[in-house]
Amino acid sequence: MSAGTFTLDGRAIPFEEGQTILDAAAAAGVDIPHLCHLPGLAPHGSCKLCTVSIGGRLGAACTNRAAAGMTVESETAELNAHRLTLVQMLFVEGNHFCPSCEKSGACRLQETARRLGMTTPHFTHFFPARDLDASHPDVVLERNRCILCELCVRASRDVDGKNVFAIGGRGIRARLIVNSASGRLADTALSANDRAVEVCPTGAILRKRVGFAVPIGRRPYDRHDIALSLPTRRGEGAGGG
Amino acid sequence: MGKLKVATCSLAGCFGCHMSLLDIDEKLFDLLELVELDRSPLTDIKHCGPCEIGLVEGGVCNAENVHVLKEFRSNCRTLVAVGACAITGGIPAMRNNIDLWDCFQEVYHYGIGLEGGQIPNDRELPLPFDKVRPLNEVVRIDHFLPGCPPSAEAIWKFLTDLAAGREPRLDYEMLHYD
Repeated sequence: MSAGTFTLDGRAIPFEEGQTILDAAAAAGVDIPHLCHLPGLAPHGSCKLCTVSIGGRLGAACTNRAAAGMTVESETAELNAHRLTLVQMLFVEGNHFCPSCEKSGACRLQETARRLGMTTPHFTHFFPARDLDASHPDVVLERNRCILCELCVRASRDVDGKNVFAIGGRGIRARLIVNSASGRLADTALSANDRAVEVCPTGAILRKRVGFAVPIGRRPYDRHDIALSLPTRRGEGAGGG
Repeated sequence: MGKLKVATCSLAGCFGCHMSLLDIDEKLFDLLELVELDRSPLTDIKHCGPCEIGLVEGGVCNAENVHVLKEFRSNCRTLVAVGACAITGGIPAMRNNIDLWDCFQEVYHYGIGLEGGQIPNDRELPLPFDKVRPLNEVVRIDHFLPGCPPSAEAIWKFLTDLAAGREPRLDYEMLHYD
C-alpha cells in the first residue's frame, strides 16, 4: 500500500508509510551503495555510504524516511567521489589483504570498492594489530577486517536472540568485542549457522573449513547480475561464499 | 616517433606481476614495437635512466628498496604502482603485526638445524624496515594498477592507454584486488 512517491535520480519511487529512502529504493530495484544496512535489521547509519542529497541536504538514505514529493539524488559524480573516499578510509583502517582473504569475491566492502572504481586506498595505512579470536570450533573472528557495521551485533541480538557481539572502546580503538566473561567466542552460544555469522559483509567473521571452496569465476561477485543492496543478496552467506 | 622508454623493477615483490606482464604472450612483440626497455629484470641495465614510464611491483621493505624507488621516481615521468604489494604493502605487510626482532629470531635462531646460527649483519645487506610500506607512502605515484597480480589483459590495457597518451582506465571487469 503506497503512501506516495518520491523522486530518486529523476525516477519516481513508490514508498510505504514509515519506509526509509534506502528500503523503498531497494524495493523498487534501485541500488544505493551501502555496507551497514540489511533489510529486516534496524538501520544503523555508521558506514555513510548511502549518503544522498535530499532536497539539497546530505543525509543517510538508510535512516531518512521517504516523504511524498521529495527529490533525492544518489548517482552523482560528487556523491560517488565521497563514497570512494569513505571506502578508502575503511581499507587503510584495517588489514584488507584481499589476495589471502577467504571472503574475496564474496565481500561487500571489496565489491563496493570495485564498483566505485577504487584503484588505491590512497591514505596512509594504519596496519592495526587487533586480536584474532579462533577459539570457537566453527567460527573465526578476524578483527583487523572488521568495519564496525554492527550487522552481527544486531543480527545476534534481534534475530538469533543470543546477543553475542558488541562494539567496545572509543574512537579509532573501537573494536568488535564478544559478550562472554572471558571475551572469547568459544564461551558464547554462537553457532556457525547463526544469522550473525552470515551477515558479515567482510572477512571479519568466517565459518571455518569452508574457505576457498568456490572456484574463482563462480564466487558471488564474479557474477555480474547481483545488485549490492537488493534483498536477493541476503542468501550469499559467509565464508568462501 | 621514437619508442617509449620503459623501466620495470620488483621491490618487495614476488615477480608475479612481471610474470603477468609476460602473460600478454605474443602481444609482447607488439609491445616491443611500442617500447624500449630500460632497467628491468628482463634486461642487463643496472640503473634506471630517463624514461617515460616506470612500472614498480612490490612494496618497500628495506633500505635498498627506497634507493631504487627514488631512482625510478627521479627518472620516470610516469610512475605506476603495479599489483597489491606496491599499492597496499600486500601479503608481505602481514609481517607488520609481528616484531621484527621476533621475526629474525624465528628465521635465523630457532628451529631444527639452526643451532649456532646468527642474524646476518654484513654491511652489504640492506637493513629491513620494521614495517612494509606501499610505494605511495614513500614517493608520489601517478597510477595504480591493482591485482595480485593484475591480469595480462589489465596490464595490456593499461600500457596501451599510457603509450597512446590516454588516461589509463580499467573497467569493472578488469578491476580486482585478489
